[in-house]
Order: sequence, then C-alpha cells, then structure tokens
Amino acid sequence: MTDLVRPAAEWELQTVIAKLAAQKVPVEIVGHGALRNAGRPPDATVVLSTASLRGVTLYEPTELVMSARAGTPLYEIEAELASRGQMLPFEPVDLGPTTGAPAGALSIGGVFATNISGARRIASGSARDHLLGVRGVNGRAELFKSGGRVMKNVTGLDVARGLTGSWGTLAVLTELTFKVVPLPEAMVTLVYRNLPDDLGIEALTTAMGTPFEVSGAAHLPKGAAARLNNTTLRALDQSLTLLRLENFAASVAYRKDKLIEALRVFGTPLELGSEATWALWSELRHLSVMPYAANTSLWRISTMPTKAPEIVAAIKKFMPSEAFYDWSGGLIWLEVPAAADAGAADVRRAVAVRGGHATLIRAAPEVRASVEVFEPMKPEIERLTRGIKTAFDPLGLLNRGRMYANM
Amino acid sequence: MTFLRLPDPDQATIARRSTIVDDLARLVGRDAVIFDDDGRRAFETDALTAYRRMPLLVVLPRTTDDVAKVLRYCHDNLLKVVPRGAGTSLCGGALPAEDAVVVCVSKMNRILDVDYPNRVARVEAGITNLAISARVSANGFFYAPDPSSQLACTLAGNLAMNSGGAHCLKYGVTTNNVLGVRMVLMDGTVIDIGGAHLDAPGYDLLSYVIGSEGQLGVITEATVRILRSAEGARPMLIGFASPNAAGACVAAIIAAGIVPVAIEYMDKPAIAVCEAYAAAGYPLDVEALLIVEVEGSDAEIGVLLNRIAEIASAHSPKTLVISADADQSARIWAGRKAAFGAVGRISDYYCMDGTIPLGQLPHVLNRIGEICASYDLRVANIFHAGDGNLHPLILYDANSPEQAGRAEQAGADILRLCVEVGGCLTGEHGVGIEKRDLMTVQFSPTDLAVQMRIKTVFDPNWLLNAAKVFPLESSAEHILIAPRAA
Repeated sequence: MTDLVRPAAEWELQTVIAKLAAQKVPVEIVGHGALRNAGRPPDATVVLSTASLRGVTLYEPTELVMSARAGTPLYEIEAELASRGQMLPFEPVDLGPTTGAPAGALSIGGVFATNISGARRIASGSARDHLLGVRGVNGRAELFKSGGRVMKNVTGLDVARGLTGSWGTLAVLTELTFKVVPLPEAMVTLVYRNLPDDLGIEALTTAMGTPFEVSGAAHLPKGAAARLNNTTLRALDQSLTLLRLENFAASVAYRKDKLIEALRVFGTPLELGSEATWALWSELRHLSVMPYAANTSLWRISTMPTKAPEIVAAIKKFMPSEAFYDWSGGLIWLEVPAAADAGAADVRRAVAVRGGHATLIRAAPEVRASVEVFEPMKPEIERLTRGIKTAFDPLGLLNRGRMYANM
Repeated sequence: MTFLRLPDPDQATIARRSTIVDDLARLVGRDAVIFDDDGRRAFETDALTAYRRMPLLVVLPRTTDDVAKVLRYCHDNLLKVVPRGAGTSLCGGALPAEDAVVVCVSKMNRILDVDYPNRVARVEAGITNLAISARVSANGFFYAPDPSSQLACTLAGNLAMNSGGAHCLKYGVTTNNVLGVRMVLMDGTVIDIGGAHLDAPGYDLLSYVIGSEGQLGVITEATVRILRSAEGARPMLIGFASPNAAGACVAAIIAAGIVPVAIEYMDKPAIAVCEAYAAAGYPLDVEALLIVEVEGSDAEIGVLLNRIAEIASAHSPKTLVISADADQSARIWAGRKAAFGAVGRISDYYCMDGTIPLGQLPHVLNRIGEICASYDLRVANIFHAGDGNLHPLILYDANSPEQAGRAEQAGADILRLCVEVGGCLTGEHGVGIEKRDLMTVQFSPTDLAVQMRIKTVFDPNWLLNAAKVFPLESSAEHILIAPRAA
C-alpha cells in the first residue's frame, strides 16, 4: 500500500521532498492521475500529488500570457481562456481515455511534463514552444525558477523548456507560465476521401507547402475513420484526409478556395464549417479513433511525414495494425495487438531504419515494465541524460524508472 | 568601458603557444590555424567592441571531425575554448581570451540538404542566417528568425543566443524553428540531438543547448524548419501623442484577436533620427510610433489593416497611414531597420536589450528617461512591442571613458528595472560578459546553481566560453580549477 501526499503550497512540497530525501524514499509524482497508465510504472512507495496546487495565478489576455499552479486541471484553464476568446495554441492531448485512465483529469503540469501536443503543433508549435517559465522543486528539495512571464527571454540556460517531456523525473513543477492565443474567428475542414496512405500524406505535405497556414493536417485510414464519433464522416466508410484552416472569416473563405485549387488532383473535398471543425479536431485530440482496449497496445511514432506510410506498411508486414496520421504525417498513432513485447522489436526496427522515434503509450503494466517505453538512447546521449537526472535529483527519488529502467 | 572584470589569463598557457599552434596545425592543417598578430587581431572582439582581447590562436575548422579533434586536444590539455560564428554578438558572447583557443565555424557554411515536403533544411552551422532563406526563397520558402544582423550573423551564433527578430511575434525565435543539431562536446564526442522530426525522444536536450551561449558544446550542423512564405505583407504607421496611448492600442489590437506579424514601437528621438536618415515618411510630431505589419493576400491584408485602423482610432492617433504599395512598405521598414545605423551616425550608442510585460511600457519608458537623465545621457527607444522586447539606445561619446562608464551604469540600471517590473535581462542578445554580473538580480543562488549543474554535465572542467553567462563569483571556482589542474 502506498502513501499519498498532497502538498498545498511550495514550502510544504519542499518539506515533503526534504523528508523523503533524508530517508531516501522514492516517490511517484502525479497530478489527478490522467497519466498513471502511460509511461513506465515508477518504482515508488509514496505517491505525491500536485492536485492541491491549483488555480490560475496570472492571466493577462492583452499580453497573451497565463500562469497557473501545476495541479490546475486543463479543463479549468481552457474554460477560463475561452471566456476571454482565447485558447492554448498546441491542443494538448489527453492520454487518459486511450490508456484507460479517467478523461478530463489532465493537469497543466502534466501537459508540459509530457509535452504531448495535438494537431496544431505543425502550425504553431508544441507545448514546449509555448512555455515561458516554471517554478518547481527538484530532488534536492530546492525550490527554483526558470524563465519568466515575458515572451522573449534568453537569460541563462533554458531550464524551463528543458523540463518539458521529462515526465516528472527531474523536478515537481509547481507553477507554469505559458503563451496563449486568440480563438480563431472562423474554421473550416476540407475532407478528401478514399486516398491510400501515401497519397493522403502527399496531399497533406502539399497543403503544408502552400501559403495558406493549414493548422491541422491528418490522415485517417479507413479503419480509423470508422471509429469517428462524427456520424456523417463515419458513414462514408472511406479513408479521410483532413485539412483545417483557421482565421478571419473572409480569409478562411478565400484560403479554402485557393487550397482546393492547389489540391485539385486529390479530388473534390467535403467541407465542414466552424462548429463541425471544432468538434472533429476535439475528438481527434482526445484520440477517439484510438480508444482504450485491453487487447491492443498503442504506439506514438514521431518521424518525417514522407516516411510515415512506409513505416506503417513495414510494421503491417509483421502484425495487424491501425494507424492515425497527424502532423502532416510526422506523427503516427499506431494500434497493434497486445503481444508480450507490444511489438516493440518490429516497431522500433521499422522506425530506426527510416528515422524518428517511438514511444509505447498503452500496454499492460507488466509490458510497460519489461520493454523500453521510450526510444532507447545512444550511449553518449544516455551519459548526458543520466548527468542531467543526477544534477536535478542525485538520489533518484522523483519518478524513478518512469522513463528508463534504473534511472 | 572597463567596468566588467575579466579573469587574468594563464601565463603558462600563453608561454606554450607555439607548441599548441604546431599541435593543432598537425591535427587540422596549418592553413586552418591563425596565429600571426594581424590574423588574430581580426578576432579580438565582437560587436561589443569596448572589450578586446587577443586570442591565443584561432582555428577555422572545415568539418565536424576537425572540430572534434580540436576540442579533444583542448580538453586533454585543459585549454579554454571560445566558440565563434561571425562575431556579431552584442553582449561579448564571442569575446576571446589571451589563454583561449577560438574555434570559428564560419568556414562551415554549406547547405547539406533541402527537403520541401518535410519542410526542413540541414545546414552547416557557419552559414549566415540570410543565406538559408536566400537558398529556399525561389521555392517560396523562408527560415523565420530574422535578427537585424541576419546578413552577417551565423546560424551557429543564432543557436547560441536563441536569436529572435522583428517577426518572431508570429513565427517564434530560434528554439522554435530548429529540430536538431550535431554538436561536439568538449571532450570531442560528436552527438546528434533531435533530427528532422518534430519532438524529442527523451529529455529535451535541444532546449538546454539552444541559447546556451557556447557553454555546452560547439554546434556544427543543424536541421531547421523552413516555412512557406505568406502571399504578401504590408505595414501601417500609427502615431500617438503619448506612450500610454500607443501601449493601450497594442493591447486593444491583441484583445481583438489579431496577432500581427510584427508590432514595432519607436519613441520621438528614434523617429527623428530614423526619418532624417531614411526619409521613411514617419510623422515627426508624435511621441510614439507603431509600425504594425500583417500578412496574407492583398484582400486579406486590406481587411486586417482596416480593422486595426478602426481599433487604433479609439486611441486618438495623431497619424494613421496604411502603406499604399510595395515602395512605401519598403521605405517604412527601411527606416526601422536602419535605426541602429541611423543613431550611430549622430552618436556612439550602447544598445540595451531587456524584456518587460507590455502593460508596464509607459512606466518603464518614463523611468528609462529618468535613469538616463540622472547620468546626464540621452536615449532613443526602439521596442518590439508585440513581445515586450525593449532596445534602449543610450547615446554617449566613446572617446570619453568617463561617459562610457556612465552609459554602462545607466544600462545596468535599466536592466534592473526590467527585472523589477516582471521582465528579464535579455530578450534576444544574450548574457555574454555584458549581463553576467547582473544574473543575480534575476536569479536566486539556487536558480543559478540549477543552471550551472547542467553546464557541468556537458563541460565538467568549464573550459567552454569561460567567464561568461554566470557571475564570476559563482563560476570562479570551476573556471580557475581548470588551468591549475594542468
């Protein structure tokens, strides 16, 4: 049985970590639990939750900046932003539903600790790109800050960004400051039908090469498209290639026509208006097409768009799989059968020869404990990674084993 | 200016100079090593010209392998290394030392690969910023960060300083536009971080490296994002009777959901100097001038600029001019882009670079005026208003050491003010030697210790770009240990 601690202030968190450090007790860092079924299961006897570090501490809509305590639920942040006509630019992905954890439990700390960004990443950058500053407590029980609340800051090493994607293994974040953007006035999605994967990706990369600022570029093969909540699109029973435009109404109307013209060879698209566009990309962001199932595992593969169809085809030679391509093809969500190693050997080989990396997102805990969940590191990168871990957390207390075994 | 302390060079190292020259010449070829006085003098300073030091010697490597050989040699012999691109740093980031080897990557300037479908280019780090855009512009693409020195500065320097530019409000700064680097660590190990894909596999090492001011390694190649250019762009000029009105107008534009590609601010002295130099058509009777630029097709630009004009009209503008054609647009930007040169024509100046929350603008401009007056100096202010990045140009006479000292102190007071109102010491120029001793104003000893431990992971003996970025007091321990261990 593990103990649960919920510090409600930075000093209290500092005291807790100091006590754990004195006793060399490893601790699992969580928010509201959205990510507990993802990553490697940590080796810990105490669970420390940031759930009581909650609330927006600064919001300046005219400066496009917000600060919030780490345990603030993402939905609270998005609601507050929406009330002022703004949003997070990077569409954070909630891994809860697809990993069998509760939906809507993702905290803002978890968003930046994992840096898992959604469709708009190709147009406006990832969570990491929008982080301006952090406060946190490291494994030495030191309270520190990095960055700040202003848009441009090159003062010293960029420790704040360096903490994104570290899955709570370096520090317990207490407060984050990030950039926000206005909600678009109008949106449209162009839906191309029946393109095989390679042509679908070609349509996406062609669109990204136009001046029309496509803000979402995804390809759903037939299997993934059949899982959409959107009944109209699901009923088409075809692969779907999706392109989103967002801007002022007049601009969206103009750019839509230009884009259709530029992509004439790919057929005549269906068009979804603002409301349907918002709903469609929201469900993609919640991975509705990759729902939780105990008999499958889920990989997240990051690569170059033009290599993506080859990678999926190569893996399909070894196992049945369902793919969902985002980021113009640069991101593949791939569902495979829940074998003993979740297909790790074949998936990693297919990715390695074509460039990129793969992360095992969903698998049974014993599988995530036994195969490498994150891309294995080259020795020289491992040396730096271990050095950084030691710099922040010399005793290895924080989320030990969460990313890599024995670290 | 002599107000910044530099460590005393290690005389034993200087005495070994000819041996070191011979050793390095054997490793990378004699033509890649500069050791004569005239040759070295070309490297004795950067764009913070008040500080000059003759380097021990300069190496101009042509390959990553050359860089690895040189660094391994310096590592094994506990020699300090100063990485250098084009030497355009405004904060002394590339300032050499008498006991340090300068490794200048400017000969490594090739474009290795351009991949339009995947929107990336792989380049050697010594390429100039503008050369990347020049190569891909025929296909309608560009590399987004656009520092004012982009004609001369290298990507290596941009990576070291995480450079921005006038258009980063929309497109982000260097760290947002680079996906991977090849870097040589101090011990000669060559590492690849990132690649052509959009996110990092483990810890985000790229974040530590970009903006690290040559403290962690020498970058020799990079994979950068290239973006398709907008169909067109056009600016407008809006003049106001007060900084308050201009600041309120910027806030109102953003509150209306419009994020222009650039919002530049000039105060009255800056307007007068730029107009006299470039005849850009700036109004001379206003206290504050905004240049607001938007992108898109002609029709889209028209719609947006009219919306902005409507918003601005609620803030009693004294002037409101929408650029009518490409020629007028070019003149409007020529004035702003020539600002540093134009001010330089009337006086020597010291260019500061702090960032503030936009809401503090009127207060900060007022205080900057007071600070400079208290040192009996004049100031012109240029400001990337969209992202809060302030560039006060403090005017002084470089022939007077006494005035130069006052200018430096006024600059330091301005940077303290930036931190005090919630901003930071540097928005895009970096810390270098210039703001090194002010780091304690922005960071606690713990904050700095967290950063310095990362430095130690990459460069355990602190041989890379010594005596910069971190306060001399805090880093003296490491920096002094290295030569003595020899």
